[in-house]
Amino acid sequence: MRLLQRLVPHPILTVLLTLVWLLLVNHISLNSLVFGLFLGIVIPFITQPYWPDRPNLRNPGMILQYFGIVLYDIVVANIVVARLILFKRNAQLSPAWVCIPLDLRTPEAITVLAATITLTPGTVSADLSDHGHSLLVHCLDAPDPGAIRDEIKQRYERRLMEIFE
Amino acid sequence: MAQIYEILIAAFLVIGGVFGFVGSYGLIKLDNPMSRLHAPTKATTLGVGGVLIASILFTLMSEGRLSLHELLITLFLFLTAPITANFIAKMHIHRHETPESLPKVDEDQDWATLAREPKPEADP
Repeated sequence: MRLLQRLVPHPILTVLLTLVWLLLVNHISLNSLVFGLFLGIVIPFITQPYWPDRPNLRNPGMILQYFGIVLYDIVVANIVVARLILFKRNAQLSPAWVCIPLDLRTPEAITVLAATITLTPGTVSADLSDHGHSLLVHCLDAPDPGAIRDEIKQRYERRLMEIFE
Repeated sequence: MAQIYEILIAAFLVIGGVFGFVGSYGLIKLDNPMSRLHAPTKATTLGVGGVLIASILFTLMSEGRLSLHELLITLFLFLTAPITANFIAKMHIHRHETPESLPKVDEDQDWATLAREPKPEADP
């Protein structure tokens, strides 16, 4: 067991790299599967010293759920923002900065949260506070900044807490 | 059967095209730099997504095999797009914002981009 842990320090990264290799080859065969696994084992093994304090991902079901929710939100937000751009005059838009206090402390988790916020149209994460305890987010149309803050905390941060911490 | 595929492919191409167009239109129409940043996020998500789904369906129809290559493009876009947006936003903060024009930080002193350098300590 210890040996297995030494050889495969990041099991999820191993699976991910193998998958990416298979997608790159775009053809499933034993050859590419073996080479993908080889890459998936060698790359985490070599890069292990450069990534200390890696977070332990828990709750794989939650990761899938999070992915689904983000994809769904991207589609919905796309339509909302497209309507804002096409049908609202600039004067009627109320762009605003929103400060989101973070409960997450793991840097990797904050990165995922910031990327999610940017990917869902209508919000862009712009900056962190100097000790990493708040996130600065710009909203395209935010009549009620408090609601957006609560939604991000409820919808994304709560789930990331369960995955990372 | 082929007809259904063709209709689906056409529909996804049109969806991708429309969102790409709205994204570019928003870039011109919106009136301040930070708002403009929002428009291209649409082009990189649904705009590209629609075209990629159309491409997957097309290989499924013409060659009869599932080609999931395209998912990688989405993966790489999802990794790189937020970083570009973040760089542009930081640039904007450096050039046009002051600590007073941004909302106050709840717990810490300052936003990282505008944080003042700590005073150099005097020589003993």
